[in-house]
Amino acid sequence: MFEEVGTTTEGDLVINVGPQHPATHGVLHLVLTLNGETIKNVEPHLGYIHRSIEKMSESLTYRQFIYVTSRMDYLSSHINNHACALTVEKGLQIEVPARAQVIRVLMDELTRLASHQLWWGAMAMDVGALTPFFHAFREREAINEIMEETCGARLTMNYICPGGVMIDLHPNFQRKVKEFITLFKSKIDEYDEMVTGNIIFQNRMKGIGLLSKEDAISYGVSGPAARGSGVSCDIRKLYPYEIYGSLNFEEILETGGDCFARYLVRFKEMRQSLSIIEQLIDNIPEGDFQAKTKAVLKLPKGEFYSRVETARGELGVYLISEGGTTPYRVKYRSPGFSNLSALNHMSKGYKLGDLVAIMGTLDLVIPDIDR
Amino acid sequence: MFIVDYIKEVYGAVKSLLTGMNRTGYYFTHHKEIITQEYPDNKDTLVLSERFRGEVVMKHDENNEHACTGCTACELACPNATIKIITKFDVTPEGKKKKAIDTFVYHLELCTMCNLCVEACPTGAITMAQTFEHSVTDRSKLIKKLNQPGSKIREGVE
Ligand code: SF4
Ligand code: SF4
Repeated sequence: MFEEVGTTTEGDLVINVGPQHPATHGVLHLVLTLNGETIKNVEPHLGYIHRSIEKMSESLTYRQFIYVTSRMDYLSSHINNHACALTVEKGLQIEVPARAQVIRVLMDELTRLASHQLWWGAMAMDVGALTPFFHAFREREAINEIMEETCGARLTMNYICPGGVMIDLHPNFQRKVKEFITLFKSKIDEYDEMVTGNIIFQNRMKGIGLLSKEDAISYGVSGPAARGSGVSCDIRKLYPYEIYGSLNFEEILETGGDCFARYLVRFKEMRQSLSIIEQLIDNIPEGDFQAKTKAVLKLPKGEFYSRVETARGELGVYLISEGGTTPYRVKYRSPGFSNLSALNHMSKGYKLGDLVAIMGTLDLVIPDIDR
Repeated sequence: MFIVDYIKEVYGAVKSLLTGMNRTGYYFTHHKEIITQEYPDNKDTLVLSERFRGEVVMKHDENNEHACTGCTACELACPNATIKIITKFDVTPEGKKKKAIDTFVYHLELCTMCNLCVEACPTGAITMAQTFEHSVTDRSKLIKKLNQPGSKIREGVE
């Protein structure tokens, strides 16, 4: 049952990757045990960027604690905010206006798209192709501009508040998003041609970092990383929230379980997000963008849980309220942490260079792991 | 069999290379698609969207009047103690004491630009400005007083 951790035999080499290392995309510290170039053990050391967000939330009001979650998985900050708002709304039993729901979902999908674009560029860069990185950032810039125009910020939006969204959409929003859709539709084919079909890229990805369906479930892997192993786990499909139930999109499943399968899942998800945005952009209902709420929010005594699908997997927010104006306890089930736990299992027996590819397909965001 | 695989691989590699070079060639001949903004050289033409959250400011009109009543709603809404409202008591012409703002202290170094204070303000006295070049040589320069010297509350704002 338990695997030996950190045991070395003679001839083994123990090296530290990180905490300052470009391949870990953040302050992740990995202690590797190598035999030649073959990985024997990977031990992640966490805590370098711990900000105690859960503890901090206990002293923040229900309006305030939402914004801190932008600092967890900063690439899907809007979706994190969404999860928290859903929990508060569940507690207060607020009905969110239809317009606000559509706006939230639109923004969610734009965020997911931006996150996947960045991942795609970084992934290609990890395995040695630098140009895609710039291509990805070029298209991501268009999304960031849309975000900036409507939400006022590019990354840590804090656009959602309990009961809806803070401010109505910018008048230019629809036009800009439509422009973006046209632009990105041509570019995504270019992405496909440039990287997916590239033989060097395929050789680096195929058959690397195998994760079986059973292991994916037992390690609690979620999101595209699990769907690459054939685990159906898209919260948008399984437990639809907001208007996801009425939308027409596919849950992408691949059965390969290797890096390439995970790559394909994320890549195809970009097209799905694009299709969701297309479905919604002309159908934004009129009406309020915010439900009427009290100035001071008080959740009734009890426990509340809500889950959403971020760009990396399932984010769960578990909140205990004692009836006051601040949460008694908040616990986040962040996708990055669970996905990282499978890293050791996935990379054993592969070469040191493959580790970077495996980490890339897990799409780790370190502040999400160390909250 | 080995030879066939080998040739297939070489063919695949050449094809990938040509696809990549094709893209390179395309961008080489299509300069218009370059979107890099050369900051700070583009400072004169740089336009930020009107909702961009750069820092919190207090709106003053031409008579040097603002709408802040000193109610501290923004101070309470702020998650990280960025705002400190120091109030004083003004004496109205009728001889009554009235609470008014003395100093609106704003710690730019703590602010996360979350917009919660602006949302909370009942009179719309504060707003977000589009300035973003906040670097200074000393931390204390980031502590700002938002109400201008000599300013007073606009008539009729309660
Ligand atoms: S923007 Fe947020 S952090 Fe800054 S002063 Fe307002 S409430 Fe505080
Ligand atoms: S800025 Fe607005 S919320 Fe803050 S003290 Fe003045 S009136 Fe009250």
